[in-house]
Amino acid sequence: MPDTLTLPAAPRDEAEIAARIAEANAARVPVWVCGNESKAASMRPVQAGRTVSTRALSGITLYSPTELILSARAGTPVAEIEAVLAARGQQMIAEPPDFAALFASSAPATIGGIVATNLSGPRRIAWGATRDHVMGLRAVNGTGEVLRCGGRVLKNVTGLDLCKLLTGSHGTLGVITEVTIKVLPAPERRATLVLPGLDPVRGVAALSAALGSPYGVSAAAYLPEAAARQVPALSWVGQSVTLVRLEDFAASVLYRSDRLRAELAGFGPAEILDEGATRAAWASVRDAVPLAATPEQAIWRVSVRPSAGPGVAAAISDAFDAAWFMDWGGGLLWIAGPATAAAHAAVCRAASEARGTWTLFRAPDSLRLAVDIIPPEPPALARISARVQAAFDPNGILNPGRLRPAPRLEP
Amino acid sequence: MITQHEPKPGVLARREAIVAELRRRLPAAGVISDTLRLKPYETDGLAAYRQPPLAVVLPETTEQVAAVMAFCSQEGIRVIPRGAGTSLSGGALPMADAVVLGLMRMNRILDIDYADRCAVVQAGVTNIGITNAVSAEGFFYAPDPSSQLACMIGGNVMMNSGGAHCLKYGVTANNLLGLKIVTVAGEIIEIGGSHCDSAGYDWLGLITGSEGQLAIVTEVTVRILRSPEGQRAMLAAFDGVEVAGECVDAIISSGIIPVALEFMDRPCIHACEAFAHAGYPLDAQAMLIIEVEGSVAEQDDLLERIKQICRRFNPISLKVSESAEESLAIWKGRKGAFGAVGRISPDYLCMDGTIPTSQLPLVLRRISEMSAECGLGVANVFHAGDGNLHPLIMFDANDPVSFHKAETLGADILKLCVEVGGCLTGEHGVGVEKRDLMGVQFNETELDQQRRIKSAFDPMWLMNPSKVFPLKLPAMAAE
Repeated sequence: MPDTLTLPAAPRDEAEIAARIAEANAARVPVWVCGNESKAASMRPVQAGRTVSTRALSGITLYSPTELILSARAGTPVAEIEAVLAARGQQMIAEPPDFAALFASSAPATIGGIVATNLSGPRRIAWGATRDHVMGLRAVNGTGEVLRCGGRVLKNVTGLDLCKLLTGSHGTLGVITEVTIKVLPAPERRATLVLPGLDPVRGVAALSAALGSPYGVSAAAYLPEAAARQVPALSWVGQSVTLVRLEDFAASVLYRSDRLRAELAGFGPAEILDEGATRAAWASVRDAVPLAATPEQAIWRVSVRPSAGPGVAAAISDAFDAAWFMDWGGGLLWIAGPATAAAHAAVCRAASEARGTWTLFRAPDSLRLAVDIIPPEPPALARISARVQAAFDPNGILNPGRLRPAPRLEP
Repeated sequence: MITQHEPKPGVLARREAIVAELRRRLPAAGVISDTLRLKPYETDGLAAYRQPPLAVVLPETTEQVAAVMAFCSQEGIRVIPRGAGTSLSGGALPMADAVVLGLMRMNRILDIDYADRCAVVQAGVTNIGITNAVSAEGFFYAPDPSSQLACMIGGNVMMNSGGAHCLKYGVTANNLLGLKIVTVAGEIIEIGGSHCDSAGYDWLGLITGSEGQLAIVTEVTVRILRSPEGQRAMLAAFDGVEVAGECVDAIISSGIIPVALEFMDRPCIHACEAFAHAGYPLDAQAMLIIEVEGSVAEQDDLLERIKQICRRFNPISLKVSESAEESLAIWKGRKGAFGAVGRISPDYLCMDGTIPTSQLPLVLRRISEMSAECGLGVANVFHAGDGNLHPLIMFDANDPVSFHKAETLGADILKLCVEVGGCLTGEHGVGVEKRDLMGVQFNETELDQQRRIKSAFDPMWLMNPSKVFPLKLPAMAAE
């Protein structure tokens, strides 16, 4: 990562961040914008002359449990927020993942990093992504201006929705300094139905039936036998597992798991995981633990319509020796394989043919710098994209190349 | 009164040639130019403002939309996108030199996929039309604005519409997977698809709620959800506003998220009861409508928990609906609230601020004081779970003084919403109505950032002009 000899990398407040960015903009020096760098090995490497980290901007600034609202400075560890919420019986909605194992990083993920990458866990399929729960942001654009976007209320359509644009922009449009998120009550009870031994097509059919039921399924995943063996809470099954989670009041979870078990009877008898095993199993799915054991391999995330998931898995498995599993009812494929351009091309082809989207999520720098890590935009959109980027960051100093290698601005 | 940009004289002078060019690009019935037939398009749900457009086009395909946009952008002609024209903020108010691009003829449902729980529909399909198309299979489309019988999904996307059930199901932006858009230059772009979370910038999120400032939406891929086993509503009435607000807080704190949590104040209760005969308690200062979902046993359990909570706040009445009919009657009053106020006042303005729910007692007290000062009645309905407040200001549009007072009161209420930590609009959009208040919520730096994004999509500022942004054009957009 870039040298940090001349200036301290982690300003203590937003004003200092704004000053640092304004200075870099005046000097036309690219800046590596980051939090705790827990996901620095993801996406494309940034070649920058300076670092501006938000990790020293820490602390919850507002928590109103009755209004389902929490604000925190960008550098606040996600774990700290989750602990504060749990003490009041609430939780983050999109179930943010912890990729410490995947990236062999011991740095705790920050809320700013989760929002800047729009990463969501298993609950995404039922309750929406991180971007759906960002109600407000403060950010510094590429000229050092401070922007307030959204607010601290749950419903707000005032002006263009810059929260959506900045969320998931990987620090290329602005440095997020503070976020306000919607939170919800944590469930009283959790349970998981496990259907053992289904093939991927039958597994996703079962997940679709469960997600299309009236029982409020909160997560749905399929792990082939090899992936299930990597998860301690599931390795006892010894076969593929099709997992359906319920989260609600205790009586509802009991009632709904009985009803679901009956409705899914055609897929075979279901086992029920209790609270503890449910928490453990879904934390593993959330954090991609089944793929974490092979650090030399590349990892892709492919998002397709759920019924297309098994076909994509099959196409990729034909192309190379892939380890994989599916979350989001079959719609999110996690794939591990050789870190080669040929394997990457096979993943892109399979995802594109299924009209989905793909991300080369982890790979050695050499591969990440050599290929498109996310799909190119169609030309008409790419032109707008470059102009929007310039609208935030006219000199292209914020995380240049993080998402795409293309030149950022038309002359 | 709202002002608009000056019409471009060059465009007005070329009206006949422009209409002829539009006719070359569309089926004969797809271009309207005679004065009488332009009449229905001169206003929308904010009927206080009227302005006939230059012409109206009613394309039937995305390609026709693209052809119109390519022509208009070449010629520097302003374009006003329009769905059903139900905007309460004047989002579809025409200009004299603008072409209204109506999407109502693009009303086909293109695909329904129950396994993947999504549907692809054209922009002119009504909100309720989506639910109607999937309800036989037990599915529904969640956002349910009060105008859902008439309003169109394209308009819902443009305004990021909400409804009474957002607390659980979210607003339009949370229920979309993909869009087909036409740029101002006439290019067709697909955003997202039938999968979640496309890599790269969240164009879907930016375009949703952009009020026609960035592009035209012609097709929408929505998420459809399986309907719950059942739902039931209850009423809880209180003799004070504060205590009703405390009860809302207590319900949320208990871990229950009702699918709807609506608050009505005394003037609103009276207006709605006279209209719907739902058995609303006329002696109450505030009333909550609380709806839960699930099996009958689950409903019983949740309603019992909620009743226990309500009892801690000394309700003057608690009534749990015993049947689907009773639930419908309870909702009939609420869903008809705007119409009900329309019956007791010649005209009303419907405001749409959002406030932190903890500020409700303060805000209602201040509104009541302001209402008394200016002598206009105000009835309040409030999506209590999410803080979205709808004060209905009663006035007489035939009396210019009354109208001016109503607009001033509305602006003061919205300033109050911002002052207590909320925002100008929760679901109706800025439109022309709240355009000049944008500076209350945003500073010039923030507005300029939004303007630059607008310019990135629409360099000549042809899309839905005179809306959203205060009438100051950035230098780059000067003619």
